[in-house]
Amino acid sequence: MADLDRPFPPGSYDVVVVGSGPGGLQTSYWLRHLGVSHAVLSRDEAPGGMFQRFPIFQRLITWTKPDAPVERTTREYEWYDHNSLLAEEQDLKALVPSLMDRAYDLPSRAEMEAGLAAFAEKAKLEVRYGTTWESTHHDGDRITLVTDAGAYRCRAVVFALGVTEPWRASVPGLEHAAHYVDTWSPERYAGRSVFIVGKRNSGFEVAQGILPWARSIILGSPRPVQTDALALSALRIRYLHPYDEYARGGPGTYVLDVTISRIDPTADGFHVVTHGTVWDGRLEFDVDDVIAATGFRTPLRDLPALGLVTVNDGRVPALTPFWESVTLPGVYFAGNASQGAKGLGKRGAGASSSSVNGFRYNALVLARHLAERLNGHTRPRRPVDDVVTFLLRELSSAPELWVQKGYLCRVVTAEDGGYLDDEVEPLAHFLDSGGPDALAASVEVNESGTIVPTLYVRRHGEIAEHQLEPHPLHDYEGEPYRRQLASLLGLQG
Amino acid sequence: MDIAESLGRLALFADLSPSQVEAIAHSNEEDVFAEGERVLRRGLSGGNFYVILDGEAAVRVGDAELSRLGRGDYFGEISALTNDPPSADVVAITVLRCLVIPASRLEQLLLERPQVMLRLLRMEARRLQSAVEWRT
Repeated sequence: MADLDRPFPPGSYDVVVVGSGPGGLQTSYWLRHLGVSHAVLSRDEAPGGMFQRFPIFQRLITWTKPDAPVERTTREYEWYDHNSLLAEEQDLKALVPSLMDRAYDLPSRAEMEAGLAAFAEKAKLEVRYGTTWESTHHDGDRITLVTDAGAYRCRAVVFALGVTEPWRASVPGLEHAAHYVDTWSPERYAGRSVFIVGKRNSGFEVAQGILPWARSIILGSPRPVQTDALALSALRIRYLHPYDEYARGGPGTYVLDVTISRIDPTADGFHVVTHGTVWDGRLEFDVDDVIAATGFRTPLRDLPALGLVTVNDGRVPALTPFWESVTLPGVYFAGNASQGAKGLGKRGAGASSSSVNGFRYNALVLARHLAERLNGHTRPRRPVDDVVTFLLRELSSAPELWVQKGYLCRVVTAEDGGYLDDEVEPLAHFLDSGGPDALAASVEVNESGTIVPTLYVRRHGEIAEHQLEPHPLHDYEGEPYRRQLASLLGLQG
Repeated sequence: MDIAESLGRLALFADLSPSQVEAIAHSNEEDVFAEGERVLRRGLSGGNFYVILDGEAAVRVGDAELSRLGRGDYFGEISALTNDPPSADVVAITVLRCLVIPASRLEQLLLERPQVMLRLLRMEARRLQSAVEWRT
């Protein structure tokens, strides 16, 4: 393509978005919707990001239910479809379910990739493909991204780079092992004994993928598998066949809580030395293959050298509630890397920012934040006529609150004797920013994993938290809830 | 330095073997807070136990600063153990890196590793002692 025909030539923009996976596309969609001038750059040649390659063996872990009690074009349907990007236009909504073969309620990788490509095309999202960000200059209020096409100056950059660079834990000898990304074609493990380092989703995914082929599989890592409070667990049971086999004493499959002291290559495989973490002792294994399923990191290039601070052993950027670097002003992250903002983490519960269902909502909140910060955009604040009905409906069916439990909240602010809708915000921001009397609704999870609708009331700058009763059908619109909420707000029931 | 290495240098975990420390590092999340960000919020439920790996924090009630905390210090243990909301805010004074242990896992850890329980108890006793001395 001739360079002149390509969108977004080097130059100055308010915002530059880097990446054309779901995080980059969703951010660009909302920035355009809010009228924020921006460029989108991607080193890829097509939209889709990680879904062009991963997950290797399995379908996605987040559901999409093509048939649901609500119409696909409604906001409530988003809770039934965790994989489509979001839009205002009816023909851009819920694109993934129509592409699914319905073999399962989880889309395949290819179906997901097709959904993203369809979104980019139908929404006419412009991306400068084949353009690689190479280095960065940060001079306080201006950021310059140097790319192989030239320099882009901006007031804020949104990196939507994914968390896709293979990462290996610091285990001596693990560098000799194949990484999860190298495990295409399960047939190669036919009749072999395999030690998998890692017991998170990618470890179980690869184990499940090679289960019909391998002679024996050992999964080992220090952290025990926790399935007692599933609503609080990052581990999805979708890939847990190997764990089920081990729990039943199935021969040849073992799921061990161990630290791995070292991995020594031998003439025909590997020798693995481990020590128990929740039991005392040492186990050694001679296996044909070792696979490092220790995860991924964000490709941050020169950002750490500029002072960007990271979390999770350097794997993702440390972020504020609005997904800005805690140390580099104007440097924001969207998509999977937005997991670097952990929110309140009440009872250890994390946000769902590492998957599309969660970060698609982050993208709108981020775009609005940038529009307000850079352009002085003021959000339209609709009056809320019946605040009790409004909040209980949000608590029962707002997809943002249900996906981003305890991270995003719906805010209404008191004004002139009534209430105005302030839409969705990070809960930490609501709690810490101060301001006029207001209410925030949030869906949270208690110690035993039960979902609890929660309301925060800000009066004269002081915050009070109120947990409403759980409900077996998660329906909080009934009379007892109405009475409880009305009494909390000092209204007549 | 990885999280396990940072933890291994702290007094609270000094009696544990390297694999026991590694298990704690891997079973809990690390979090980093911006300067000025609130970490623990007075009056709110569900607070965790935080061990400072790097940086400085202030314990505050309203505008009054009660104390400063630094590397190796920890906070949130009282509300994590009693299940009552914290009675003070903890705010990051610098960029603050912590290991975050949810209350349910803290209880499990203390029961499994009595050496950590003893060290925590000693520190609580010292804090109580200095609070009593300060009042008398």
